[in-house]
Amino acid sequence: MAAGIEIDHIPGSSRKAAFRRLTAIMRKEFLHIQRDPRTLLIIFILPIVMMLLFGYAVRLDVKNISLAVADRDNSAESRQLIRAFEQSGYYHITRVEHGDWDAHDIFLSGEAVAVLSVPVDYGRSLSEASPRPVQFMTDAAESNTATIAAQYAQQIVLQHTLATWDSMGLGHGRSGVGIRSVILFNPELESTFNIVPGLVAVLFMMACALLTSVTIVREKETGTLEQILVSPVNVGEIIIGKVLPYVILSSLLGILVVVFSMHHFHVPFEGRPVELALFSLVYLLCALSFGILISTKARTMQVALMIALISTMLPSVMLSGFIFPIASMPAPIQLITRLVPARYYLVIIRGIMLKGATMSDLQEPLIALGIFAFVVLTVSVKRFRASLE
Amino acid sequence: MAQKPVDILAVGLQKQYGDIRALQGIDLSVTHGERFGLIGPDGAGKTTLIRVLCGLIRQDKGTFQVAGLDGMRSIRTIKSILGYMPQKFSLYPDLTVGENLRFFADLFHVIGAQRQSREERLLHFSRLGPFWKRRAGALSGGMKQKLALSCALIHTPAILILDEPTTGVDPVSRREFWEILRELSDRDGTTILVSTPYMDEATRCHRVGFMNEGRLLATDTPDNLIHGYPYRVIQVHGENLFPFRKALETIPGVRSVCALGEYLRVSTEKTDAVVHAIGDRLTHAGATGFRIRTVAPLLEDMFVNLLESGRVS
Repeated sequence: MAAGIEIDHIPGSSRKAAFRRLTAIMRKEFLHIQRDPRTLLIIFILPIVMMLLFGYAVRLDVKNISLAVADRDNSAESRQLIRAFEQSGYYHITRVEHGDWDAHDIFLSGEAVAVLSVPVDYGRSLSEASPRPVQFMTDAAESNTATIAAQYAQQIVLQHTLATWDSMGLGHGRSGVGIRSVILFNPELESTFNIVPGLVAVLFMMACALLTSVTIVREKETGTLEQILVSPVNVGEIIIGKVLPYVILSSLLGILVVVFSMHHFHVPFEGRPVELALFSLVYLLCALSFGILISTKARTMQVALMIALISTMLPSVMLSGFIFPIASMPAPIQLITRLVPARYYLVIIRGIMLKGATMSDLQEPLIALGIFAFVVLTVSVKRFRASLE
Repeated sequence: MAQKPVDILAVGLQKQYGDIRALQGIDLSVTHGERFGLIGPDGAGKTTLIRVLCGLIRQDKGTFQVAGLDGMRSIRTIKSILGYMPQKFSLYPDLTVGENLRFFADLFHVIGAQRQSREERLLHFSRLGPFWKRRAGALSGGMKQKLALSCALIHTPAILILDEPTTGVDPVSRREFWEILRELSDRDGTTILVSTPYMDEATRCHRVGFMNEGRLLATDTPDNLIHGYPYRVIQVHGENLFPFRKALETIPGVRSVCALGEYLRVSTEKTDAVVHAIGDRLTHAGATGFRIRTVAPLLEDMFVNLLESGRVS
């Protein structure tokens, strides 16, 4: 049978045409973002608000702990010790008494959350083999502050003791010296240093997984996906064209957050930016594969948004070690955290930014992320193709 | 006269969704330059058939060809040369008229001077020129459909497939839209396969295929289909005839009685005796001042008949 149409040239068969389709889809995607300022607002404002919130308001480290002192010794050494507390910057002393009092009343009145009690003869006993211990009491109604305040106190007392011994020509091999813990990489225990890498991890997950799923589902909801499928465009071009704008946007945002945090909060960057950028791409691949996977399940944008929030955002915040340390989670939960890509990425970004880690230090989390990205991407693209029927 | 080539050919197409047999063996051929209308009730399988032909879903059994290309082996080429307009408005509502057109031009690699001239032509016939910068979502129903058609035509496809393009569009816009379709096939020789729920639109096609429950029950020109109607249609005009409806149904030779506002529409065997019997029965029952008129059957009558005879068998 003779066909009535002569197909002398099939539209879209050349590489140039394929490139044009890809850029057309990307340009269109940027137009969508531009036309719907809410999306833009979410991805630009949220991380900045979060960073300011964590940087200023929500402090996981403790400063200005109110401290009441009962100095029953009233010696040169005891006054030195109190000065050491004052100069540490962690405490502000609300009052100093020389007699006895009830710590209970102080905590009840809220005058101070910590009480330091220096015993009689403290100064004299310092030269002895086992000096008299000082008492440090904290109001554990705020357990986090209490623990940290007690840890700081231990350090200060210990250092004061050691310094006194040094000045007396004693020391070296003396008993009574406890553990001396040394905090590396973030000696000030600045929580901003930990927040910023975590924020980048959450931000990438959100921008990629959430927005990718929403943008694909929108195309299904409006029926436009069906329309453009009857054209020379193929599934790969649709996915890449729709996803790439969000990769570019989130990369820019990541850079913005890191640079801002370095300048504003003096977060260090010890490692090599190129390595962080490369490894971040693997993580981004994970995130957007999740987004594609979600888009194959959700029928409406709202559903996609909810699934993305619950399945990617929440684990990235709660189960990644961002806020709660994984080591202190119950064993079954710890197992679950192995399925959270942000967990591995946090190790990578913290390692590179705070410790100056390199590729060889980060092999394990990198391999984990790589496997993740490969598996999820394969499954999601397969599902996506199947969902088009 | 030389046989016109076949642009769309389907042989024994079957498609099943769970227990629902959406297509139960469709044979169809649409020749070059033809306007072919697919008509049938909701759920007849029209959309499924169209989606198979566009390569959006895969049939379970059967084969098809579009422009002489095999539907299984060359589906990507088919997708590239077809113009397709889905049932639902499927453009980007947040993009402007111009941005939508340009996007589809890019997808089909229509560029440079060619794009310029085609855009101008499409804007001319659709009269969307003044709305170039308006967002598609803010257009009226009729204008939306014309924009969708323009986007489907940007690569000047030789074959155009439309799924209920005028559903939800006002009558004036509907007429305009069909005028464009008529020009496309009569002047440019575009082959058009269009599904529609409207009988008056079906009569604007060269040939009509009537679908029900996944089967193509009849395919012919509208005239031939109407001439093939085996019964006579009469209309009884008068006041307050509605109560007499039941009385007429029992007359031997009366097939069906339909009350349509001012009159009763009765389809009967082709004998004069039945017409007399109807007059007698009405007089006997107490009706006065009525007039009986024989009228030409409509496509609709034919399809109701096809549906009923299908149900009996």
